[in-house]
Formats: sequence, C-alpha cells, structure tokens
Amino acid sequence: MRTLIGVLFDGVAYGSLLFLISLGLSVTMGLMSFVNLAHGAFAMMGGFLCVTLMRRLGISFGLTLPLVFVVIGAAGALIELGLYRRLYRASALDQVLFTIGLTFMTGAAATWIWGPSQQPIALPPSLHHQITLLGVDFGVYRLFLVGFVVVLAALLGLGVARTRFGAQLRAAVDNPQAAAGVGINVSLLFSITFALGTGLSGLGGALAIDVLGLDPTFALKYLVYFLLVVVVGGPGSLKGSLAAALLLGVADVAGKYYVPQLGSFVIYAAMIILLVVFPHGLYGRRA
Amino acid sequence: MAAARDVVMPGIARPRWTPLEIVFWLAPIAAYVAFPDRRLLLSQIFIYGLFALSLDLVLGYAGILSLGHAAFFGAGAYTAALLAQHGWTEPLSGLVASGAVSAAFGLVVSLLVVPGSELGRLMVTLGVGLLMFEVANHASSITGGVDGLTDLPIGALLGRIPFGLDGRAACAYGFAILLVVFLLARRLVQSPFGLALRGIRENVRRMPAIGVDVNQRLRIVFAVAAGIAGLAGAALTQTTQLCGIDSLGFQRSAELLIMLVLGGAGRLYGALIGATVFIVAQDSLAGLSPDYWQFWLGAALVALVLIARGGLLGALDALRRRVTRGKR
Repeated sequence: MRTLIGVLFDGVAYGSLLFLISLGLSVTMGLMSFVNLAHGAFAMMGGFLCVTLMRRLGISFGLTLPLVFVVIGAAGALIELGLYRRLYRASALDQVLFTIGLTFMTGAAATWIWGPSQQPIALPPSLHHQITLLGVDFGVYRLFLVGFVVVLAALLGLGVARTRFGAQLRAAVDNPQAAAGVGINVSLLFSITFALGTGLSGLGGALAIDVLGLDPTFALKYLVYFLLVVVVGGPGSLKGSLAAALLLGVADVAGKYYVPQLGSFVIYAAMIILLVVFPHGLYGRRA
Repeated sequence: MAAARDVVMPGIARPRWTPLEIVFWLAPIAAYVAFPDRRLLLSQIFIYGLFALSLDLVLGYAGILSLGHAAFFGAGAYTAALLAQHGWTEPLSGLVASGAVSAAFGLVVSLLVVPGSELGRLMVTLGVGLLMFEVANHASSITGGVDGLTDLPIGALLGRIPFGLDGRAACAYGFAILLVVFLLARRLVQSPFGLALRGIRENVRRMPAIGVDVNQRLRIVFAVAAGIAGLAGAALTQTTQLCGIDSLGFQRSAELLIMLVLGGAGRLYGALIGATVFIVAQDSLAGLSPDYWQFWLGAALVALVLIARGGLLGALDALRRRVTRGKR
C-alpha cells in the first residue's frame, strides 16, 4: 500500500512535468498543425540555462526559474518569427526534417558547450528533504512540483475560459479560417502562444533536472513522451494534455517500478495501443 | 488488348532504359575496379541504397511518413544474425528468410499504421521503432543487448567466395541484391499498382471513387518495403559478420530519411544517389568527432528544407528546366 501511494505520487509528479513541457507543443500542433519535433530542445535549453545561471552567476534556483521562462520564451518567439513561420504551409515531411535537424544541432552544440555527461544540480536545502505523511515519505521537491503545476494549470484554465485572449485562442484552435474571418489576428495570437509555450517548456526543463536528469540527449530521449501527451490528449486541448500527462507519468513510473526488466517497453506499447484505439486523442473533437 | 496497352498515359515513368540509367549502373562497377581498397565502403553504399529504396516506396510513392523504418532494417539484421548463430550459415537462404520475416512483421505493423492520420502514422512508426529497440536492448540473452551479436559464422557466397576484409564478396553480394530489388521496384512503381499508389499520394479521397482499395494498397506496399529493408539489414549483418543495436536506433531511421530526401524522394534513383552522397560524406568526415557529425547532419537537414526541396535530383531537374527555357 505504501509503495503504491509512493509510486502514484512519483507518477503524478512526473506527469506534472510532462504536462508543463508538453503544453506548448500541444498548442503548436493544435493551432498550426505544425509537427515540432524540436520542442524537447527548448526544454533542454531551459535546463542548461538554469544550470549555467546557478553555476556561473551564483543565482539561486528559485530566481533562475522566471529568468529561464523569459529567456527561452523570447528565444522561442524569435525562432517562430524567423524560421517556423515559413513552414506552416509546408508538408509534414518538411516540418519533421527541419525540426529533427534543429534538434540534432542543439544536441551537438550542447555536447560541445556542456559536455556529454549528466548535469548535477544543487537544489536549495528547503526543497531537498523528505516529509512523512500517514507513514509515507514524500519528497518536498516533488510536492512543490505538483503544487506548482496545479496552480499553473488552474491559472491557465481560467485564462483560457475567462479572458478575451483565451476566447480568441479557443476560436482559433477550433477553426483558424473562421477565426481570422471575424477579425482575430491568428498569426499574432499564435506568436504569443508559441512564446508562452516555449517559455513554459524551458521552465519545465529547468524543473525537470532533479527528476529526469539533464544531458545533451534529453531532447531526443523525452521527445516521444511529449509527443505522446499531445497525441493522446488531443492537440490543442488543455484538459486532454493534463489527463494524458498524468496517465503517462503514472504508467511509466509504475511500469518501471513493478516490471523493471521491461524498461520503457510498457510506455511504448501503451502508446501504440492508445494511438490505435483513440486515433483522435482522449479528448479529441474531430471525429 | 494490344491497343489498350499502347496507350501512353501522361505522367507515367518511361518504361524504357535510357542511356543515362545504363551509365548509372555501370558506375559502381567502374568504382569497384578504380578503388580496390574502398570496396567495403562501396558495399555499404549498396546496402544503404537498398534501405533508402525501401523508404522511397513508402514515403516517396505511397506518402506514408515513417519515423521508425529502422525497425524493419533491424528485424532483418537480427534475423540473419540469429540464423547464422544457430547454425544456418548459408547466406542466400538466410537473406531470403530475413526478408520474409521482415515483410511479415511489416504487414502486421501496417495494420496499425495505415488506418491512422498523418500524425498518427508518424507516431505509430516512431513507437514501433522505439519498441523494437527496447526489445533488443532488454532481451540481451538472445540479442546480445547493447553489445549486439559479433563474430557471426557466415558461410561463403555460393559456397565459394568467403566474406573477407577485402570486400570483394560483400561488393558483389550487395550489388546483386540492389540490382535485383531495384529492377523489381522499378517494375512495381510503373505497374497499375504503382500508379494507384501515386494516385493515393496525390489525392486520397478520389481513389476509392475509381475503385481502388486505398488501405489495401498501402498495406501491401508497406509490407513490401519492410521486406526490402529487412534484406538490407540482413545483407549488412552478413557482409560485416556482426549485428549492432544501432541498426534499430532512431538515429538510423533519421539518417535514412536524410539520405532519401537528400537524393530526392519519389524517383527511386534519388534514394541511391542520396545514400551514396551520405555514406561518402560520413566516411570522409569520420575523422571528426561524432558530435560535429551530428551538428552538420542537422544543419544539412535544415538547409535541405529551406533551400533545396526535392533533393539533389529535384535541383538538377530545376536546373535543366531553366537551361532549356533559356535556349528557347
């Protein structure tokens, strides 16, 4: 029972991270049908930026987080304006090739700058211990992660449901042509959302260092998970991404805990089955 | 009947052999004679050309974007390795058996891949590739895990020519397989079946209206291509006498895409030219560290998409059009 709760908790913490990183990808795919395989690279750069800021400039972990969000978000906006914008009308093949190319380049550059090994991170002591609740040990850092993502998801949910920007975003995801027809500036809307999404994934990459680790293969290693969250959740759906991320997080942690000899086999098999059974995602609207 | 056969449909590839094609197929023989110390490299070019040809059928002709094509390459490679390890050392029958296993596997996978959307297909093929890698990685008592299978006893070709370090047998073997498969593939894409594939790629919705079972055609071509990829994998295992886990990796699938796109998809020859350029470039840049190689690989991809859509052959076509227009 204790281990079950422990596994569930770790899975939820892991799922929270997946949600944070994948959200931007979900918007890119849902709004622009753009297959962005370089999304993991943004998260990875967020992690490296966080490590560098802490090590070189001595900034505390908590303070690096907003900096990472802003810098990676701005970088995302620049890349969107300069490169991605040309490819929205291109074939999926072109998009895949281009973004795989970017991922390879980022990975090689990261190896060159930071070396191929795992990056250590010194979390503040306040986040680095365990507390015991009802006889089960919980890592404070993971509690913090879950809490952070719960608050963020609530804010985003409110933003999408209640604000004017959110209403425009929903309209554009549903039908970009019609949204443009009623005077919504879809491309500006998308640029802003893309910047927010990459910023969040950078933030997720920084928060993930202690849980998923950080090395130059991060972008490719976890790409499947991010894609999976989007495809299972249904592109462009906040609720779907959250559900899919938590489901995957728990399934992966449970699979690796109870049947370690299978490794990632469980998650890949689950992915193929989910894709075949729910081709439009758990919350897919397009039937 | 005869009249119907003579009707020339626009857009069908010329069934006759052009002089350029004959020169193309003589070139490897010239290379074999001219570079006797690079014959192993030449055999690699044949094998990867075969592999790229397989992806061309799926992507270039049928329009299915596969991110896990190495799964079939690896399936063939491991089948050939396991056969040899368990005493079946005769290469030709081992090759055919590996191709058959891979084709059967491809047929099963096609049932999952074909019905999906474009994004779904991409994800399922990616998933199958990763799944196969995990299987090979964890079933180490059978597959050797990360180390792969080495020192495989492969019998002599036709009972006479052993696969040695001079690469003579490897070259002849690779060239023969490539030529036979190419002839079959060339015939296939010019057949009504091949035309149906192109029709599906151009407009999926109209094809059922002229009586084509779209999913059936796609399943068949997917299985055929998987079989060809399996032949390539088996040939690599047999000519090198080893089978590494990287034959199943995502990097292998991505490199394959690069080869095909570099040469130009949907024209068969593009696959061969792309594989040649890729392998030669990889060989001459091998002195650099793998990270540099990966960086330039990425940069090449980005440049291909931004500048040279259609690959080398596409660029050549565009150039030729410009020159002929200039003459008029």
